[in-house]
Amino acid sequence: MSVEIKTSSVSTIRNTYSHIKRRFGDKPATRYQEASYDIEPTHNFHYKPLWDPQKSLNDPSRTAIKMKDWYAISDPRQFYYGAYVGSRAKMQENAESSFKFCEKRDLISSLDESIHHKLLKYLVPFRHLNQSANMNNSMVAADSIATTVAQAHIYQAMDHLGIGQYLSRIALMIDGNTGTALHTSKAFWMDDPMWQPMRKLAEDSMVVSDWFESTLLQNLLIDKVLFSFAYEALDEWFSEMGARDVGMLTEFMRDWNKDTTRWIIAVIKTAVAESDYNKETIQAWVNHWEPRVFEALEPIALETVGKESLSKIQAELAALLKKTGLQSTGATS
Amino acid sequence: MTATKKLNLKQKYQYLTRDMDWEPSYQKKSDIFPHEDFEGIKIVDWDGWEDPFRLTMDSYWKYQAEKEKKLYAIFDAFAQNNGHQNISDARYVNSLKLFLSGVSPLEYAAFQGYSKVGRQFSGAGARVACQMQAIDELRHSQTQQHAMSHYNKHFNGLHDAPLMHDRVWFLSVPKSFFDDARSAGPFEFLTAISFSFEYVLTNLLFVPFMSGAAYNGDMATVTFGFSAQSDEARHMTLGLEIIKFMLEQHEDNVPIVQKWIDKWFWRGFRLLSLVSMMMDYMLPNKVMSWQEAWEVYYEQSGGALFKELARYGIKPPKYQDVANAAKEHISHQLWTTFYQYGQATNFHTWIPKEEEMEWLAEKYPNTFDKYYRPRFEHWEKEHKKGNRFYNNTLPQLCQVCQVPVLFTKTEDPTAFSHCDTVHEGERYHFCSEACGEIFADEPAKYVQAVLPVHQIYKGKCGGPDLPDVLTDHYHINIGEDNFDYVGSPDEKRWNEIKGIKPLNKDNDAA
Repeated sequence: MSVEIKTSSVSTIRNTYSHIKRRFGDKPATRYQEASYDIEPTHNFHYKPLWDPQKSLNDPSRTAIKMKDWYAISDPRQFYYGAYVGSRAKMQENAESSFKFCEKRDLISSLDESIHHKLLKYLVPFRHLNQSANMNNSMVAADSIATTVAQAHIYQAMDHLGIGQYLSRIALMIDGNTGTALHTSKAFWMDDPMWQPMRKLAEDSMVVSDWFESTLLQNLLIDKVLFSFAYEALDEWFSEMGARDVGMLTEFMRDWNKDTTRWIIAVIKTAVAESDYNKETIQAWVNHWEPRVFEALEPIALETVGKESLSKIQAELAALLKKTGLQSTGATS
Repeated sequence: MTATKKLNLKQKYQYLTRDMDWEPSYQKKSDIFPHEDFEGIKIVDWDGWEDPFRLTMDSYWKYQAEKEKKLYAIFDAFAQNNGHQNISDARYVNSLKLFLSGVSPLEYAAFQGYSKVGRQFSGAGARVACQMQAIDELRHSQTQQHAMSHYNKHFNGLHDAPLMHDRVWFLSVPKSFFDDARSAGPFEFLTAISFSFEYVLTNLLFVPFMSGAAYNGDMATVTFGFSAQSDEARHMTLGLEIIKFMLEQHEDNVPIVQKWIDKWFWRGFRLLSLVSMMMDYMLPNKVMSWQEAWEVYYEQSGGALFKELARYGIKPPKYQDVANAAKEHISHQLWTTFYQYGQATNFHTWIPKEEEMEWLAEKYPNTFDKYYRPRFEHWEKEHKKGNRFYNNTLPQLCQVCQVPVLFTKTEDPTAFSHCDTVHEGERYHFCSEACGEIFADEPAKYVQAVLPVHQIYKGKCGGPDLPDVLTDHYHINIGEDNFDYVGSPDEKRWNEIKGIKPLNKDNDAA
């Protein structure tokens, strides 16, 4: 026996919106579909932007990449806004309890001053790269075509802001909420020769005007290499020095990296598979940027985990690139 | 570390946002931020930016996820229990049709616009505030699709809103409004949307729809409204901050900002005429009249705001008095126009019921009985004779606001306020002196306007006949989405739900 509540059944006159039906057929749609497909204006734009008078609003030519249908690129995570914040809320709940735990037990503040120094010199400055990543993704969210592409980029932008905030909080734990540790850390970023190639890379990334190039550079090449370095290799390095607890505070970043790898691989793979022209164009960007990313990382690796670790990171990136149909240059610097 | 003073909340938030930013040296700042200067706004020091709200991402994710969880629980319950059967009357759904095709796409445009300015400013505090609004606007555009999804399964006219927004004649009013803002520079965009739209006029745009939902038993939409309220509150604080910031940074900014306020007040006012008709005619249970809303939310609140801004040398919007005087007219002028063009809309139109006419007469003692009731009575008589009036002459649209040239002169409600000008050998038409002035200021921009009526004449909308344009280009299902509410499939289904027998048509016609 089962409990059956009788409800009045009311017949519907259609299953979903017409634009969803044209794409997926006449059947009930998912929330991801109704939230993400064909809601972006495609034509009859009234005025050319004063900031880009050669093109229209929502102009597909803001990238060299060409797709018959930009909605062919979708998000394997099926993130519309509600699903996105739901996922991040769970992750932040774990992060919050780790931060509270470390604070309560003085796990970070009680570390040796030399470890504090290393954290501020080698880990915390990555928050500035979150800043450039935040900006680059905000640009892509604005310039890209199709909601399935654009929405994921504003999520990336906000995620990077959040990650930068977690890194900043590690410094605030060290200095007891005075800001002095953040000053120290920022000074390394600005002036230490070791960081300068990386800062140059960040600044160079912010003048890339093709949005697809920008997402490739930021969300695949820079993020995957840097997250492997900062949250895997460097994490081990700190552990070996007895600062294992730092790893609790960067768990969010490792989870996040896994989550976004699935997504960016899908983005690049779909564009590469579209045409030889796309593949060649994107490969040329990889050839240009991949060595630069490793060049920027090398001085930091040399002072910390050693250059050998870059080969492992390189092999991981090469495997990801292979999944997308592209080839790594094999450069580690 | 040496102990220095602990950070207060404001400082801490600055460390968690703008302190991540740095002064570039490998690339020129002007190459990283190429759009910051061309509008002529002078920013002496971005450190003067006061964060309008302080919300770190961890809190943002947490609060927003809680809100979404509650919201979607209501959506599910609403669908499961066929909540659409509990609304006041099926005519109410027409305001949702207007909302989904006219307003929801603007939420999406706002997402795009705020993502853009969230990259354009060199001040990180301002960027972060804009990005947060960008993702909020994405939220609103998507939750609105979900809130209306159930209605779409039971009523006509909601089925192809984004496409209609791009194409249908009257939807070029909201579309061109937002295109105008998005194609401007970052400072004008914020003046247009954050200040004029979200701060000054939001109680006349967003709120009437949500209050309308509350008064008419629409649980899905009103729950969305409540859920979006705290987002909107943040957006309003950004609107006020950007204006004060620009005005405080340099005195040369004052005349530029004043011009934008004049322009965007008027652009917003014209856009709101669609809302005025919704409030006075489309809601079966009325919230308040447009005139009352205008008096409370613009004349009183706006008046207080502009008093406050006077110390910066800002005057109230130039054409404010014209807008104030028009409060007794615009809703009637819009609805009588849409009534005539109900064959070409994705929502139904109708003659107000007698008790509604009485309400209108009471709310508009100076104008309704004198100017507008006789039209309705005439059309009703004709309708009963079987001659439902549809105007088959395409209207002349204003080159700027794109509303048909239908508004009247302040001093004479029987004469159109139409005016025109010749620019580089071409004649352009406007609904009003104010729109003409906006054109004269930036003719190169406004000559580009894609006027739907011109598009039809140029043969760019399918054709050659109007029914072809409606079906092939606008995707309006003739006989379902359009025409009078009386006799529509929506009405028929509603009567079945409510067990109402249709009036005997033969008797009426006799």
